[in-house]
Amino acid sequence: MAKKSIKIRAKAKKGVTTVKSLMSHPMETGLRKNSKTGKLIPAHFIQEVVATHVHDGGETVRMTTHWSGGVSKNPYLSFKFNGGKKGDKITLTWTDNKGGSESATAKIK
Amino acid sequence: MNTDMKRRVFLRGSMAAGAVGVAVGAGLLAPQSVMAAWPKAAFDAKSVAEAGKTAMGGTDIVESSDIKIKAPDIAENGAVVPVTVTVKPSMEGVESIAILAASNGQPLVGLFKLGEGAVANVSTRIKMGKTGDVVALVKAGGKLYSNKKNVKVTIGGCGG
Repeated sequence: MAKKSIKIRAKAKKGVTTVKSLMSHPMETGLRKNSKTGKLIPAHFIQEVVATHVHDGGETVRMTTHWSGGVSKNPYLSFKFNGGKKGDKITLTWTDNKGGSESATAKIK
Repeated sequence: MNTDMKRRVFLRGSMAAGAVGVAVGAGLLAPQSVMAAWPKAAFDAKSVAEAGKTAMGGTDIVESSDIKIKAPDIAENGAVVPVTVTVKPSMEGVESIAILAASNGQPLVGLFKLGEGAVANVSTRIKMGKTGDVVALVKAGGKLYSNKKNVKVTIGGCGG
């Protein structure tokens, strides 16, 4: 697969952690045509993103998303959860419709 | 992936709504290497109500102003429409949020399942083929709520 392509920023404030992330992915719907050949470009998009919060007590899944090709290219995802503190970690893992997968971890600031 | 897992997804979908039957009839349930958890039937659904019911398993959808959708009134580029869905804390027990673009051929764009402690506030960027409503569906306490916001698109984002 492509090189490391997930950017994560996580910030804890007043007991609420905000996670912002950018993933690098073509997000092809499978409905577009190649303008030169007229052939359909095969679908290639992220289907699942799982956000796991790694803390002292173990791991907690904070968010699971299922996406279609309707999410924009190089998808942006932001969410919040109660809990989390500086030094904890957030792991994001995506899986696409071709079975590709990538994962990245960032510390909460 | 084994067939049993596939069947499980299929059954869940068909119990939620008759949408699967429609999808099968249209030849949309062709075998594909999808994960068992990915609700294909819901993503293939052609209407907002159908997609919502298939994805979230509810029957009635109630409009609620407790759901706030932040999206531009006019999107110059339909390929990148930023959408933020926030649910007021007064609505308790939010389990999942779905973002749909009503004018897209396959309206369901994203399904966000809230984990432990997650706040009902998600943002992403979606594609919109043409002007239409961005619909947010929220499942809270076993019931479905929705709200929508019209977004005008000047350049469609689904074409080549």
